[in-house]
Amino acid sequence: MESLGIIAGFWILSGVTVGASLAVFAVRNLLHAVVFLILAFVGMAGLFITLSADFLAVAQLLIYAGAISVLLVFAVMLTPMANRDNANSLYMLPGGAFALAFATIVAFVAIEVDWSQLRGDALNGRNFSTTVGDVGQALLGPHVLAFEIASVLLLAALVGAIVLVHEDERAPEDRGEAA
Amino acid sequence: MNLASSPLATIDGLSVTLEHYLVVSGVVFAIGIAIALSKRNAIAVLMGVELMLNAVNLTFVAFTRFSQNADNASVLAGHVFVVFVLTVAAAEAAVALAMAVLVYRRRETVDLDRLNLLRW
Amino acid sequence: MRLRLPFDTQIDAPSRFPTGIRQVITRPSLPGLKLALAVMTVFGLVSNVAIGVLVASGALDGEWYDFRDLGIAVGQLREGLDDRFDPAVSYIVTMLIGGIGILSLIGGLLIILPWVERRLLARFQIRRGPNRVGPFGLLQPLADAFKLMQKETIVPRGADRFIYFLPPVIVFIPLMLVWGIVPWAPRMVYVDTNVGVLYLIAVGSLATLAIFLAGWSSNNHYALLGAMRTVAMMISYEIPLSISLLAVVLMSGTMQLSGIVEWQAAHNTWFAFLMPFGLFTFFFSSTAELNRTPNDIAEAESEIVAGFHTEYSGMKAGLYLAVELGHAVATGAFVSTLFLGGWSLFGLEEWIPPYMILAGKISLIYFVLVWLRSTLPRFRLDQLMAFAWKFLIPLSIIYVLVVSLEASIFARWDVEGLIPLVIFAVVNTALAWFLIRRWAAVMGYRPGVEPTRPLMATGVGGLRAARQLRGDA
Repeated sequence: MESLGIIAGFWILSGVTVGASLAVFAVRNLLHAVVFLILAFVGMAGLFITLSADFLAVAQLLIYAGAISVLLVFAVMLTPMANRDNANSLYMLPGGAFALAFATIVAFVAIEVDWSQLRGDALNGRNFSTTVGDVGQALLGPHVLAFEIASVLLLAALVGAIVLVHEDERAPEDRGEAA
Repeated sequence: MNLASSPLATIDGLSVTLEHYLVVSGVVFAIGIAIALSKRNAIAVLMGVELMLNAVNLTFVAFTRFSQNADNASVLAGHVFVVFVLTVAAAEAAVALAMAVLVYRRRETVDLDRLNLLRW
Repeated sequence: MRLRLPFDTQIDAPSRFPTGIRQVITRPSLPGLKLALAVMTVFGLVSNVAIGVLVASGALDGEWYDFRDLGIAVGQLREGLDDRFDPAVSYIVTMLIGGIGILSLIGGLLIILPWVERRLLARFQIRRGPNRVGPFGLLQPLADAFKLMQKETIVPRGADRFIYFLPPVIVFIPLMLVWGIVPWAPRMVYVDTNVGVLYLIAVGSLATLAIFLAGWSSNNHYALLGAMRTVAMMISYEIPLSISLLAVVLMSGTMQLSGIVEWQAAHNTWFAFLMPFGLFTFFFSSTAELNRTPNDIAEAESEIVAGFHTEYSGMKAGLYLAVELGHAVATGAFVSTLFLGGWSLFGLEEWIPPYMILAGKISLIYFVLVWLRSTLPRFRLDQLMAFAWKFLIPLSIIYVLVVSLEASIFARWDVEGLIPLVIFAVVNTALAWFLIRRWAAVMGYRPGVEPTRPLMATGVGGLRAARQLRGDA
């Protein structure tokens, strides 16, 4: 982890990620916030690359920057009369204070704890040229049950989302509810 | 794509360690908390949750990268967990955004402060 | 009735209307052109023979001046730099060489492609195409670019300025990123990533968002409609595209693009023969993602003015058009890499530079794309969506199941040579034919028993038909 590329990559990408996340909080327009959120996702994918996780970096790009962001933009667009101003509620002060405290604690723990037992270089030492094969082996080997459950979960989410948003064609009185 | 073994200059004092990644992850997680707690719009809250999930993923990957686990089977367990987090995040985003759209249809708003039907 | 036109072009106006188009074209004579062409042909043949002798003698193998693989030269440059300087220097130098190579490739393509496309389209429509600016009209794209740059940038009222100016830049990024993983020769790859296929899908999906933001921020109903159509279509067609790629990955056992090409080269076969339905799915889905006719419902001029870039003017609109052209060529690159053997040509890559083979395949695919654009009418939105969801996705799921069975058989079967692959190719082709017929019958599509003869098409059916009608065939 001492090479110049990794160091430069880490500092630039973490700067991009943290800056974009802050912009998501600070920007006044909801759609601009979505744009900055995508930038944060892309920066996070870059951080994954600096950690030699090539499969996860591309998966992150595919799922977050490609799919979830489109979902978010769709959701913003399908709620046209709602407030678009990304405003804060009354809980901003306690929420912000809690977040600040959390960040401080995590940083304190991360710096103070002696990670010498974890100073290893797992991926580097084993000289992984790629993680794809090993992730696949692990997914279909020891974690196959969780893998199958995840597929069922995805199917349930798919069907659930369709059922939720599906517009009932019948008239309101036929649905048995007050319009 | 093993960038870590690319023949670049080595700078001892500046080396990136586990702490760096943990701090970045903690900061992003905290920003996610702040967004999720203080935004009014339901979609903005969901964005905060996604940021938090991302930060957790970074922690998993960083621990996997720096761990000294010699066990063959579980050396990439962190990566596998991140795959599941990605799956759940996708499912959660789909369902939550569908619910936001549904709530908007019923109430003409996604402002969480005004969705207080259950408040006594 | 004769019209006098510049360039000695004589056009006979039609005298009898419905019988056909009478057209007499006197080409401008170009003295010396034929002589120059003949000299160049002879010179090319002689130099080809000389190069062939050189290659056959084995004098080139592995040397830095081996023109068949520019990656060798770069690799040796890197080793030489490593000996003298810091490793970072060689890393940065080779990175810059590759990056500049890709950028100049894209730039050169974008300069020449509009001319190629317009000339080809004109040929298909019995026109001449641009031929005024420069020799053969070659400078027409430059003139167009200058015209676009001079135009005023109009920002519509009520547009979200921040998001309005972002998409023309964002759509360019995937175009540049996607070229980085194309293997031009065994060692001539910029980034030979192990997740190449996944990277291709991920980067391709980034453009969706840019187009959506463009349509959204324009504050125009047509733009928004075009953006919605684009997003709906891209999301729908990404599924069959990914499934067809999955079949390739299953068979070759790697997601690395160079590995896929090497698999095809080692087994002397192309995935186009092994899985023709996969090729069709990938090609059709790519044209849908590209927004090219026949699938360009996102910018259908006759329905929604120009789709998502209605409100963009000047060079911003030009960037969208350039990205569309560049993506067409990138599609050619990936179709040829994944399904047509990439840089391999049944052993001929020892003689011909592999990047020339790939360039030839890319131009072939690009020609097919222009051909489709000029001959097929535009599909309707519901037709396209139904085609993705009711036809391509179920069929390709069945197909990938069959291919995965075949892949597991192939991994366990100890027969030398092409025997299993020939069997698989026959089985897959028959299965594709059967499935398409069966599924079309299930979906209620009955092809007409006696297809009506298209009168208009024979009336204006190309130069040959016109010549036949004139009687001087």
